[in-house]
Amino acid sequence: MKGLARTFGIDLDPHGFCRTNPLNPMETSRKGIFVSGAFAGPMDIPESVLSASGAASLCGELLDYQRGELARDRLYPRERDTTREDPRVGVYVCHCGANIGKVVNVPSAVQYALTLPNVVHAEESLFICSTEAAQRLAESIKEKGLNRVVVAACTPRTHEPLFRDTLREAGINQYLFEFANIREHCSWVHSREPEAATQKAKDLIRMSVARACRLEPLQEFDLPVHKDALVVGGGIAGMVSALSIANQRHEVHLVEKERRLGGMANRLYSTLEGMDVQAYLNDLVRKVYEHPLIHVYSNATIPETTGYVGNFVTRIKSSRGLHEIKHGATIIAVGADELKPAEYLYGRDERVMTQLELEKRIHQGDKEILDAKNLVMIQCVGCRNEDRNYCSRVCCNHAVKNALELKRGNPGMDIYVLFRDMRTYRFAEDYYREASRNDVRFIRYEPESAPDVETVEEEGRPALRVTAFDSILGKKIALDADYLALSVAVIPSESSEEVSKLFKVTLGPDGFFSEAHVKLRPVDFSAEGIFLCGTAHYPKHITETINQAYGAAGRAVALLSRDSVTASGSVCEVSETDCISCGACITACTYGAIDFYQTPAGRKARVNPVLCKGDGLCNAKCPTGAIQLKHYTDEEIFRQLDAEVPDEPECANL
Amino acid sequence: MAAADFQPRIVGFLCNWCCYGGADLCGVSRFQYPPYIRVIRVMCSGRVDPAFVLRAFSNGADGVFIGGCHINDCHYNTEGNYDAFGMVRILKRVLEHIGMNPERLRLEWVSAGEGIRFAEIMNEYGRKIKELGPIDKDRTDGALGLKTRIEVVSRLVPYMKLVERERLRIPERTEEAYDRFFAGEEFGSLLKEVILDKLSLKEIMALLDEKPLSTARIAELLGMAPSEVSRHMNASSRHGLVRYDEGLKAYALV
Repeated sequence: MKGLARTFGIDLDPHGFCRTNPLNPMETSRKGIFVSGAFAGPMDIPESVLSASGAASLCGELLDYQRGELARDRLYPRERDTTREDPRVGVYVCHCGANIGKVVNVPSAVQYALTLPNVVHAEESLFICSTEAAQRLAESIKEKGLNRVVVAACTPRTHEPLFRDTLREAGINQYLFEFANIREHCSWVHSREPEAATQKAKDLIRMSVARACRLEPLQEFDLPVHKDALVVGGGIAGMVSALSIANQRHEVHLVEKERRLGGMANRLYSTLEGMDVQAYLNDLVRKVYEHPLIHVYSNATIPETTGYVGNFVTRIKSSRGLHEIKHGATIIAVGADELKPAEYLYGRDERVMTQLELEKRIHQGDKEILDAKNLVMIQCVGCRNEDRNYCSRVCCNHAVKNALELKRGNPGMDIYVLFRDMRTYRFAEDYYREASRNDVRFIRYEPESAPDVETVEEEGRPALRVTAFDSILGKKIALDADYLALSVAVIPSESSEEVSKLFKVTLGPDGFFSEAHVKLRPVDFSAEGIFLCGTAHYPKHITETINQAYGAAGRAVALLSRDSVTASGSVCEVSETDCISCGACITACTYGAIDFYQTPAGRKARVNPVLCKGDGLCNAKCPTGAIQLKHYTDEEIFRQLDAEVPDEPECANL
Repeated sequence: MAAADFQPRIVGFLCNWCCYGGADLCGVSRFQYPPYIRVIRVMCSGRVDPAFVLRAFSNGADGVFIGGCHINDCHYNTEGNYDAFGMVRILKRVLEHIGMNPERLRLEWVSAGEGIRFAEIMNEYGRKIKELGPIDKDRTDGALGLKTRIEVVSRLVPYMKLVERERLRIPERTEEAYDRFFAGEEFGSLLKEVILDKLSLKEIMALLDEKPLSTARIAELLGMAPSEVSRHMNASSRHGLVRYDEGLKAYALV
């Protein structure tokens, strides 16, 4: 890492990791060089992935004026209309070097393929995925007038797109292609039974040919992308992502439910690393209001939102009146709330407060707090228990931060932190150590023996007596405190449920928003075109929020910078004459891709192909088979099933 | 066919995102298993229609395997693996009712990273089917051949789907809710009253299609209680589907 840092002229931090700007965790000490992943500090996969997306967004901001200059359009030949032709199948059996050829008798499989109905061409290939072989394939399609192609080789999960593209190059529809897996599912797993493997390969080829004959040309379609973005939530996450998107020349509509922007950050003043949060926030808000492409709607509600990726329509009611916004992408950044606890005399004694309330009093120069003799903090209030079994992540840092602030002003103050686990992860460990060195006392308690708080009079002075079982001492201890600070749980924003229903995005079991994939898609929702960042996702620190906000912006701009999105052709379709309006398909489709509409023949189901994800559950539920998943229709699968029957007559008779 | 020579025919429906990927990984890792299975790729295990399973058995497959994503990990929001789970539960009871060994139908969750698990399942399930023997070993006695019985069920599939929609919907997509529902009383009695009962009726009709038969004879051929047969015949008479032929002292189709 030292060599790399030297080469690029960037600084490292005292721990040897890349030094980053605390206000932007992807910026290195040198303008134009960004960092993502564990080079910036120990980091798990989700954060690495989203910081990569964020770094890309930052590059995008600098390079936006060049966007698309080197991109070229692919030109395909015109697609031949094969609908009136009888199937003419070409079968290509691959050796894959020795991977298939050593076990499966490829020449014999080719000969067999030629005996199958509708097969007019069959050949073997050493590596069918090689450029020359693919070209040869395209040529043979044209030479022999093929209108179906079966490749018997590896798994379709890797090369199906490649061969579909080859069919396009050869001038026939890409969905007229079928893949038989005779490697991963055959030669590699039956390598000691070459005869049986060869027979299996023939069976699979026979099934694929039968299916291929039934396949129909399908069109993928391009949908236009509206270039604006909608950002829901005007906290740090919302503002940072809005700015990044706007800096890449897209208009952004930023919607905030309160009168002022800032969200939770309005209540924060500092971070462990010494960030001046209010100064940062004021600067951010100013930039947002001054940016010509960002439109802010405050005191806002969203009565309705409809549409799909690239084509959303959202109505906003705000202090600016009623607006209808068209946008191509949405970012959900609605933040989180602070739990108001029921325990430890909170709400009943004004000396008991949350860490946020403590922080405010410290920064307002509240003399009573600053000059207090002793203060006790209790961690994990309201979480890591039956009600909420998650950890709120930010509170250990928060407690250490407040403790250090208090100690700086008043080294003589006795501060006790009652904790279950200290989770000052990554470089915050340094501050935990510093707090300990400064005589902040950390006492571990077990959840079964949680602390007790009561009001007492000690030597004429009223105090809060906190009793706890110290697991190291093995004894109960009593601490008399002037003030008690509770590290309470971070809970989902009260608007989360409504937002989840409005935008049809998923909440997880704890009420926070749920991403499409924890590692591979940490800022995406399963619903296309909608992204997520900030504490709405789960509690996180400001730096992490900034990180994720850039990540979400990167994903949004990747979508918005395109002129169109392509929808797969393998979607469902309803044959209205067979539809009996039972609604089973509509119930099955939680993507909301199916609805009823009135026809002269009554109510019929109708699929919006853009929303259809092609799982086919509706097809399986439909009593009449009116709705079919194209490319995996009942007929196509029945053909494949019927072709499974071996050629030789079975000895058994049913 | 000698038992030692018996090479099971297994048809497999693997979901593209998990189980098919798991089978791929199994291949990449070179884990070996017997060459019985012929795989049909589907996008989601929930796509597997009971009609597909029945067709496979009707074609003479000795076993049908369905592989999907682990519960709550379905690639799709629609969580089709729950649908596969429900479908298999219902279908197993139906297959059992017509005299097939329900273990011939197998549902497993295999993630794309579980190559070794796929091999283990293929080996164990392959052994199981080999033990169970060819499908025609199941209940060759009785008047209706297995293939005919399977066809009777196939024709009932649209009705079963409607019944499922009206009466057999599980309120929440959780493992506990699904397990509880299918183990419960309500499911058992619903299944009997609404599906299995109808199935018995269809089997009777299939018999009468060939020739008129008396209640006692029907009961004997299908292994049903004569009172049950009477109940069905009375109801069918009222609906005008059968009539009692005084001369033959038997029921006949109208």
